[in-house]
Amino acid sequence: MSGREAHLKALLLRGLSGEAAAYAAFLKELSAFLRAFLRGRLARVPDEVEDLVQETLLAVHNQRHTYDAAQPLTAWVHAIARYKMIDFLRRRAGREAMNDPLGDEDDLLATSDEEAREAKRDMAILLAKLPDRHRLPIQHVKIEGLSVAETAKLTGMSESAVKVGIHRGLKALAALIRE
Amino acid sequence: METDKLVEMLARQAGPVARGAVPRRYGAALAAGGAGALLLMAAFLGVRPDLAQAAREPMFWVKLALPLALLAVALLATARLARPGVRVGYAAEAVLVPVGAIWALAAVALHSAAPGERLALVLGDTWTVCPFNIAMLSVPAFAAAFWAMRGLAPTRPAVAGAFSGLLAGAVGAAAYCLHCPEMAPPFLGTWYLLGMAIPALAGAMAGPRLLRW
Repeated sequence: MSGREAHLKALLLRGLSGEAAAYAAFLKELSAFLRAFLRGRLARVPDEVEDLVQETLLAVHNQRHTYDAAQPLTAWVHAIARYKMIDFLRRRAGREAMNDPLGDEDDLLATSDEEAREAKRDMAILLAKLPDRHRLPIQHVKIEGLSVAETAKLTGMSESAVKVGIHRGLKALAALIRE
Repeated sequence: METDKLVEMLARQAGPVARGAVPRRYGAALAAGGAGALLLMAAFLGVRPDLAQAAREPMFWVKLALPLALLAVALLATARLARPGVRVGYAAEAVLVPVGAIWALAAVALHSAAPGERLALVLGDTWTVCPFNIAMLSVPAFAAAFWAMRGLAPTRPAVAGAFSGLLAGAVGAAAYCLHCPEMAPPFLGTWYLLGMAIPALAGAMAGPRLLRW
């Protein structure tokens, strides 16, 4: 348990200092924990678990600047997952009362689930809805793997507009999910 | 999009993340909100003409200490509320320390005054405008505090909104100290607190709407 915390935290901290491979490994391992955590708590809506895993991963990425190295990683991730789960339940509430116990943050790294089911909501379709100033930088840099400079040249945007477009675009993507 | 593909996308060229997002955002918000409050105060209310004289009286500094103490408490609480998984702890209850202190001073002042003068100590000459002026001066800081919080990740939006509003109210009240002629603790313990409570209440109501992420 504490070994997992230390391992994941080390990956995230390396990721935050710019090591993309460590950051990818962090997100990948985290997604398995999130899947098991959410699957256990959303037993009544198993089809929506993968959507929420993806939404939570996007939130973790968008809010990664709020992680403080002095803080236990588990507490930070748990608070984000819990916030996104409550938001999700609230969105689909009104129809029926969903009051599964939310459980303890210690459960978060207890079990891991590598087997991703299919997401119902397709992030690619949501991405396509973003305005060009957000969509093109994400498409070229984050999906095709072009550099910021190449993307700037290709789209006629400035390099800083490309960077801002990625940052704001991923936040706009999270906002689209909430609608 | 499969989850593994999403992970690849998020991690690709993610780059380093600058440290200290919370102090950076709140530093900028306080600078902008403070400057805005001073500007509004100078433009619409004016600095009290006897400021140099008043600054020699201890009560002037006690008066200024009330909003500054609440500012410190609100700043501590917002900085904690802005991060997922950080407990607010006693930062919220700490609001009661400056409030209790000014009420204690007010009780002493009222107790030692003649019965006929007590109401005048509470109402002063400006009680009808004081809370609204403080609320007005807190508007720039309100916008700045919400800007700061919107770039962070509060998981309790109503509480985060309330403390953002209190932060703004404290900035407005501190600026108002340079205009306001009132010096009696019963006045400060009533109308200054009410003035700061207006943006705090507005923040609590706006939080759930404005602070989602």
